[in-house]
Amino acid sequence: MPVYNIIQAVNDALRIEMRKNGNIVVLGEDVGNFGGVFRATSGLQEEFGKERVMDTPLAEAGIIGSAIGMALYGLRPVAEIQFSDFIFPAFDQIVNELAKFRYRSGGEYPAPMVIRTPYGGGIRGGHYHSQSPEAYFAHTPGLKIVIPSSPYDAKGLLLSAMREEDPILFMEPKRIYRAARGEVPEGEYTIPIGQAKVVRPGKGVTVLCYGAMLHTVLEAVEKQGAGEFDPEVIDLRTLVPLDTDTILESVRKTGRVVIVYEAPKTCGFGAELSAIIAEKALLHLEAPIARVAGLDTPFPYTLEMEYLPSPERVAKAIAETARF
Amino acid sequence: MRSVGSIEGCVPPTERFTPQQYIAPDGSFDPTKVAALGIPREQLLKLYRGMLLIRIIDERMLTLQRQGRISFYGEARGQEAAVVGTAAAFGPSDYVLPALREAGVALYRGLPLQSYIAQIYGNSNDLTKGRQMPCHPGNRASRYVTMSSCIATQLPHAVGIAMAAKIKHDPIVVAGYMGDGATSEGDFHVALNFAAVFRAPVVFICQNNQWAISTPVTGQTASPTMAHKAMGYGIPALRVDGNDVLACYAATKEAAAYARAGGGPIFVEALTYRVSAHSTSDDPSRYRDESVTAVWKNERDPLARFRHFLRVIGALSEGVDAALHEAIEAEIKSAVVTEEAAGPPLLQTLIEDVFAKPTAALREQLAEVAAALPSRPQH
Repeated sequence: MPVYNIIQAVNDALRIEMRKNGNIVVLGEDVGNFGGVFRATSGLQEEFGKERVMDTPLAEAGIIGSAIGMALYGLRPVAEIQFSDFIFPAFDQIVNELAKFRYRSGGEYPAPMVIRTPYGGGIRGGHYHSQSPEAYFAHTPGLKIVIPSSPYDAKGLLLSAMREEDPILFMEPKRIYRAARGEVPEGEYTIPIGQAKVVRPGKGVTVLCYGAMLHTVLEAVEKQGAGEFDPEVIDLRTLVPLDTDTILESVRKTGRVVIVYEAPKTCGFGAELSAIIAEKALLHLEAPIARVAGLDTPFPYTLEMEYLPSPERVAKAIAETARF
Repeated sequence: MRSVGSIEGCVPPTERFTPQQYIAPDGSFDPTKVAALGIPREQLLKLYRGMLLIRIIDERMLTLQRQGRISFYGEARGQEAAVVGTAAAFGPSDYVLPALREAGVALYRGLPLQSYIAQIYGNSNDLTKGRQMPCHPGNRASRYVTMSSCIATQLPHAVGIAMAAKIKHDPIVVAGYMGDGATSEGDFHVALNFAAVFRAPVVFICQNNQWAISTPVTGQTASPTMAHKAMGYGIPALRVDGNDVLACYAATKEAAAYARAGGGPIFVEALTYRVSAHSTSDDPSRYRDESVTAVWKNERDPLARFRHFLRVIGALSEGVDAALHEAIEAEIKSAVVTEEAAGPPLLQTLIEDVFAKPTAALREQLAEVAAALPSRPQH
């Protein structure tokens, strides 16, 4: 079985689906001739031509807006936003148009498509190449949000995303784009959207995370001593729709929860997780829910590793929650 | 120091090209020029009916709104020529991405009147399930895409549909409508730029009615015409008298043929005037000189102009005109009776169409709402 990094897995998924489904088109800045600034679309224009792999002008609202039109017409666009920090010129198109099209038209005009975008810090990218804007979109009804944490998941989830009937925001953790490597089966396989994964079963503390933070959590467990508290590590993989069953089952078992996310703490996705657990499993809790998150500051440059949840901070939160 | 405008080699963007016109405001026309258009009489009458339908529906809906029977309405009064003349230039396979005042385009393309009125009531017969305010119709059969209330956002969609059709080698064109205010939005510029770069078969149609709620067109842009903006993106542009239905039809037809033949996008500016309020929530007397409005309303009315033309060429007798009025009135009356009596959409429609299938979280939220509504019949 080949060993891929996340970029190669994404590329493989795109190639497989483009070969299979002539309606899949790829568009974005620098995705064609150059193959994408992270090389995720490398070689696709060579194989599928300029009509199906389009280099667009530099305008995110145009990329998403025109992709919506293509979806309305029956194509399955996979639009790339080069960095999720640059997604905001397209915010209106995503939030007011894409997410609402099926609803506002009473089902007359669905617009299934995928938006791929690298997100997250830890690459010395400063304010504008590091943000994690998932919560803005999770707050918008009509969008599904998928965040893989491994090459295997990236491929299986992206193949599912391209076959969904709903708009998908597919956020790729760029910090581990190349660092996360693993065996990826050749050919087709899918991972259902909406299913979390218990990465490490345990009975002591439920640790909820997604994307690059999974690796921070695993490091806390494996190298910072948090393993002694027997944590159950859950990779959400999909934020919307959320696999509440898996989360609650774990919380009812452990009675203790640590939530790890790298976006600013306030109103981050962890706040929603915390609220759901409080609503549905309060009497099972033995300790306050802990959140380890980014700070409520713009994303810093020099001190980014201090800003991001570190294995040490996560290990400390797990220990405190376990001992409470 | 140089005086303004004297920079060598600098072309001042001041030229205003005259809008095309077939019928003058006083009703006079050049028979040879009109005959050259070759529009059969049935088509002329269809244009007239389309315009008359808008005029009468608007009047009727305005009354209903004032009686408190519908919540909101946005008229297209005074713009009927620009609406119907442009609509007539497209075929059934072409797509329309409308703005607020193009409902007449949907009706011209076959959206049933009943359906249009059901949307205004947001009732259980509404194809779009009561999801939006009045004046937001849309249906797949007419290829009239349901709009949002956001300005210019439909234009990138028009481009995307055109790009997709081009990729699939379907010989369709897309009509992307907007008002003059929309030309200030980022999405307008993004759409024109994408359309030009990808040579997408889009006919951009700007109904320049000179007002965006209270902002006059002079407060919207320093561009001498809207057409100039298109030219800045490398898109050819036409300018027509938007109150002359024949001019609107002829220019748009030519534009559509150009786009369909592979010429890429093209821009049509229809110069007209918003003689009514922006909507029923607006009062133009607070911000504009209504004596100017009166001139447009009384001396440049597109419907009166076209009616006069049809009378002169002998295509419309008083009797036929009266019968047409009566038939439209009756159809509207009957639709209003039916749609007013229809109940609201089923409660469960609240969570339909957010996604292809409602999620567990949505079902749970609906159950919570339903549980607190014991008096309402549940479905």
